[in-house]
Amino acid sequence: MSLAIEQGVKPTAADSQARKERIAAALQSYGAAVALVILLIVGSFAFPTFLSFGNFSNILTQSSFPLIVAVGMTFVILTGGIDLSVGSVFALGGVLAAEGSSFGVVGAIAFPLVVCGVIGLLQGLLVAYAKMASFIVTLAGLLAVRGLVLAITAGGATTPLIKNLTFTAIGQNGIFGIHWTVIIAVLAVILGTVALTRTRAGQSIFAIGGSESASTFMGLPVARVKLSVYVVSGLCAGLAGALNAGYSSSGVPTVGVGLELSAISAVVIGGTLLVGGRGSLAGTLAGVLLLSVIQNMINQVGSLNSSVQAVVSGVFLAIVVIIQTVLSRSQRL
Amino acid sequence: MNAQTISMARPRRGALLGMLQNYGVYLAIAVLLLYNLFFTPNFFNIENFRTQFVQVVPVLVVALGMALVIGTEGIDLSVGGVMALAAAVMPLYIGYGLFPVVVIAIVVGAVVGVINGSMVAFIGVQPIVATLSLMVAGRGVALLIAHEQMVSIMDPNILAVGRGSVAGVPYSVIIAVLAVLLVAVLVNRTTFGKQLIAIGGSRRAAELSGLPVKRILLIVYILCAALAAIAGIVGTARLGASVPSTLGNLIELSAITAVVVGGTPLTGGQVKVIGTVAGALLLQFISATLNQHNVPDAYSQITQAVIILFAVYIQRGRLAVR
Repeated sequence: MSLAIEQGVKPTAADSQARKERIAAALQSYGAAVALVILLIVGSFAFPTFLSFGNFSNILTQSSFPLIVAVGMTFVILTGGIDLSVGSVFALGGVLAAEGSSFGVVGAIAFPLVVCGVIGLLQGLLVAYAKMASFIVTLAGLLAVRGLVLAITAGGATTPLIKNLTFTAIGQNGIFGIHWTVIIAVLAVILGTVALTRTRAGQSIFAIGGSESASTFMGLPVARVKLSVYVVSGLCAGLAGALNAGYSSSGVPTVGVGLELSAISAVVIGGTLLVGGRGSLAGTLAGVLLLSVIQNMINQVGSLNSSVQAVVSGVFLAIVVIIQTVLSRSQRL
Repeated sequence: MNAQTISMARPRRGALLGMLQNYGVYLAIAVLLLYNLFFTPNFFNIENFRTQFVQVVPVLVVALGMALVIGTEGIDLSVGGVMALAAAVMPLYIGYGLFPVVVIAIVVGAVVGVINGSMVAFIGVQPIVATLSLMVAGRGVALLIAHEQMVSIMDPNILAVGRGSVAGVPYSVIIAVLAVLLVAVLVNRTTFGKQLIAIGGSRRAAELSGLPVKRILLIVYILCAALAAIAGIVGTARLGASVPSTLGNLIELSAITAVVVGGTPLTGGQVKVIGTVAGALLLQFISATLNQHNVPDAYSQITQAVIILFAVYIQRGRLAVR
C-alpha cells in the first residue's frame, strides 16, 4: 500500500482505507462514550425520575466500587493478562477493613491494602516469573481468596462490623451530594491515567501488551512491570472492597461474586483490547458508567429482575467483543 | 531406538519433570489412596467408592468436553451456565417422558456451543471472553426460564438416571464411562481427533495445510457444551430437583483443573483422555478426604487452589520439554 502511495497510482484507495481505519479506531476508543450518551438521552425520555440529581448521584455511587476495581483490571489487561480474582479480593478487602477498623481509620485502610497487595504480588510472581497463564493463576486466586474469606468469617456465617465511625463516614457521606467513594474512584482514574501516559513504567505496560518479545529485546523490565500490574489490581480490588464495607457498615463475606466479569466487561466495552497494548482508563470509566446506567434503567422498569441484568450484560459483552474483533481485523488489513 | 537414546541423554531433572507431567496424577492418586487406607476409617468399602464415583460424574463429563476445547488451545468457561440451562428446561418437557427431556436439554446445550464456537471460529473472538459472556448470559437465561425457582422432579425415569443402578453399577457412572469411551475414540482413533490436535499445535499451520479449522473448532465447542448439558441432566436427576441458580457453579474451575492435572497442557496440541479421568478422580478423592476429616469448606477451597497452581506449574515446562 505504501508503495502505491509513493508512485501515486491509487491515492484515493489508500485514502479511503486510511479513513476507514481512523473511523474503526475512533469507534473502538469512543464507542462506549457514544453509547452512554445515547442511553442517557433515551433514559431521560423514558423514565421521569431518570435525570434527577438523586438518581444520578445514586448511579455514580454504585459505579464507584466497580470503577476502582476496573482501574486495576485495565492495568492487567493492557499487559495482555487477566485478573479473575478481583471479586474474591474485593470481599477480602471488606472483611479485613472491618477487622482492621478496631485500630482506627488507618487500620481499616492499611490492613486490607497490605494483604490484598501481597495477594496481587503472589499472583504476579507466578505470572511474571514462573510464566504461568494469568487466567489460571487468578482463577486459583479466586478460589483461594474466597476460601480465606470464609476461613476468617467462620464459613461465611459471621459478618464483621465496621467499628470506626470515621471510616463509615468515608463510605457513606460526601460533599455536595457526591459520595467520597466517587471522588476516590475519580482520583484513581486520574492517577492511573497519569501513571499510564506520563511515566516510563506506564509506557512499558503498553509496550509489553503490544509485543512481549519485542519489549524483552528492547531491554524493558518485562517481568517487573507484569508483576506490578497484578499488585495494582490487588490494591484496587482491596481498596474498593474496603470502601464498600464502609458504605455498608460491614464486611460481608459473600460480596463480589461475579465482579470480575463486570470489571472485565467494563474494561473491554471501554475500548481496551483484551490482547493488550491498547486502551485507556477514560474508556474504562465510560464502560463502568454504561453498565451502571443499563442496570439503573432495568431497575427503573421495575418488573424485570436480576437475571435480566445477567442476560443483558452477557449479551452486551458478546456484542462488544464481536464488534471489537471485527474492527481490529479491518485495521490490521 | 533413536528416540530412546535421546531420552537417555536428557538430563535427569528433565526426565523427572517429564515423568511428573505424565504420571504425576496417578502417583498422587496412589499416595492419597494409601493415606486413606491407613488414616480414614471406612474409606475402603464398596459403598464409599460407589458414592465417590457417582459424585465425580458431572465434573468428569464436563472435563472431557473441556479437554477437547483445551486441546485446540481454547477454553470454555460457559459449562456451568450450560448445566444450569439444561436443568432449567428439563421440568418444562417432563410430561413427554425421559427421552424428549434428555434430547431437548442436550440440544439447548448444543445451541450455546454453536454460539461459543461461532464466535471463536468464525469471528475470531478470544475463547475466554466469548465463553465468559455465555457463562453469565447462560445462567441468566436459565434463571429467567425457571422464574428463579427450584422445581422438584418427580418423574421416576429421570430420577433413575441419577439414582438408579444396574447390577450395582449406577446409571450415571455408565453414562460417564460411555462418554469417556466416546471421547477417547474420537481423540485417538479418528481423523477429527488428529485435526483437533493439529489446530491446538498451531492453528496457522493447520489452516495452511488445508484443514477445515473453523468447522472443527465449531464442532469441538458444540461437543463440549453437549457434554456439559449431559452433566446438567445427570446432576439434576441426582438432586431430584432443577436448581439453575447453583447447579454447576464454579464447575469450569474443577473441570479445567482435572484436565490440566491429567497432563493436557493449556497451550493445546495434546489431549489426555485417561489423564483427564484420573484428574477428575484425584479432585474427588481430595475433597472426599478433606471432607471425611472434617476440614471446613474454606480450607478445602484453598487446598484445591494450591493443587491447581502446583499442577499448572509442573505442566508449564511442557513446551520446552516437547
